[in-house]
Amino acid sequence: MSQPGLIDLASVSAGYGRTTVLHDVTLSIDASAFTGIVGPSGAGKTTLLRVLLGLIKPSSGTRTTASGLRVAYVPQLETVDWKFPVTVFECVLMARTEHRFWPWPSAQERTAVAAVLERLGIADLADRHIRELSGGQQQRMFLARALLREPQVLLLDEPTSGVDINTRHDVLHLLGDLHADGMGIVLTTHDLNGMATHLPHLVCVNGHIIAEGSPRDVIVPRVLEETFGARLEVLEHLGMPIVVDTSHPMREPI
Amino acid sequence: METLIEPLGFAFFQKGLIVATLSGALLGFVGVYIVLRGMSYIGHGLSHAIFGGYAAMQLFAAQLYVLGAGLWGIASAIAITTVARRGRVGADAAIGVITTASFALGVALFSKFGTSGPAFDNALFGSILGITNSQIIWLVVVMAFAGLVVLLRYRELLFTTFDPDVAQASGIKVARVEALLMIVLALSILVTLNVIGVTLVAAMLVIPAVIARMLTDSFGRMLAISTIVGLVCGLVGMYLSYYAGVPSGTMIVLVGAVAFLVVFGITGIRGRERAAGVDEHSGPRATISA
Repeated sequence: MSQPGLIDLASVSAGYGRTTVLHDVTLSIDASAFTGIVGPSGAGKTTLLRVLLGLIKPSSGTRTTASGLRVAYVPQLETVDWKFPVTVFECVLMARTEHRFWPWPSAQERTAVAAVLERLGIADLADRHIRELSGGQQQRMFLARALLREPQVLLLDEPTSGVDINTRHDVLHLLGDLHADGMGIVLTTHDLNGMATHLPHLVCVNGHIIAEGSPRDVIVPRVLEETFGARLEVLEHLGMPIVVDTSHPMREPI
Repeated sequence: METLIEPLGFAFFQKGLIVATLSGALLGFVGVYIVLRGMSYIGHGLSHAIFGGYAAMQLFAAQLYVLGAGLWGIASAIAITTVARRGRVGADAAIGVITTASFALGVALFSKFGTSGPAFDNALFGSILGITNSQIIWLVVVMAFAGLVVLLRYRELLFTTFDPDVAQASGIKVARVEALLMIVLALSILVTLNVIGVTLVAAMLVIPAVIARMLTDSFGRMLAISTIVGLVCGLVGMYLSYYAGVPSGTMIVLVGAVAFLVVFGITGIRGRERAAGVDEHSGPRATISA
């Protein structure tokens, strides 16, 4: 066994009720992690994330965390109740869960929220209602809320679904910067070319872990077929693998 | 002016006015959390469940009524949340069975042992007759408790209402916060049951909160507005009930409904957008995704 990480799963199985979604998963996340969890819909990506977060208890196996671990979680945009009456400022401030007698923010908290909004380029939106934001701005707001916790590990569920290409680019860049600053990053994605191949480390999941390693090691036809159950070809462009779905060739317009 | 002062000459009206006004404020305050969590169905069920305990205590051990019915209410509240949290198929049905059975028990007890007629109607639709000083004191105590819970747990309550998963991941004990809220809800229903009535309590949990939602996009302001709207409904409804000679709860709810229509008309499309789906995710809130 290597050095214990910040979050360690040992032979974990987990699911909902009597349905087991994940089988025998062993995975270690440390501060140097920059890991993409890859797999098709229903493969257990979100379940794995929720097990890492401690939101689901393993039905067997163990989850151990470093003492005093600080994690932050960015949920999928689609799962959020966007009609909820909060402003961007109020939403970001939620991250400050430390006990404080008064409900309203302290001067120090105001400064901290302003700084993190500034960093993500949405400082001017602080007083807007969350519904008024674009998909990219909503994603930045949740990143701001996560960063305000100053986490050791940041977990994100499909951070680039429902955002445009520029936002995807920005999110990747920002995560890269955070990783360089020493923050562990784990995210789920079903976007192989736009996201997964840009990450240093991938975990391919479909009910169990099929392969783990650098994109060069796991973005290969054998692993992809086992993960996605479809024949996918891998090309190389400028040293980056590109996945091509050859099982459903594009049809000529009729 | 005369019309406002005249009924105050009666002690029963004074007490009724105090209780109705404070009840409206309390339900408006608590209702914000209930509505935003999509729990108005649970509020409705809980008031019916509490009625069973309320009836039993009123008839057999009136001096212990707050204690007994309070425990009954808290037990029902926690049972309901547990069932709802588990998110199994049939949770709605289970809540329906438990709460209506408890309500039926209350009705049976009242019909068998209670004073027939008026007392029963009063319990269902609210009455200001026979309000005791201790009831007023209990109402104030529960208000203070609810206020204190919200003051001390403001952020936890807000976070778990908006986004329970992320709250849990951020180290908040979501189940504990929810249990606390359910205790506040059960006690609030219990102390307002007399004047608002079993069948109408849920309406007063919902109407002020929805009105407030149409008027603001800020959670803090919604809490304040909803409390004030509830308070005004209680006050105005009480006077109208006196002059119209109808049960207090019905008039308070009707005033709320009229206020809703007025605000709905004034705020137009914007208000409708804000309030649409405000009570959307009612019932079990299982977040199952693979």
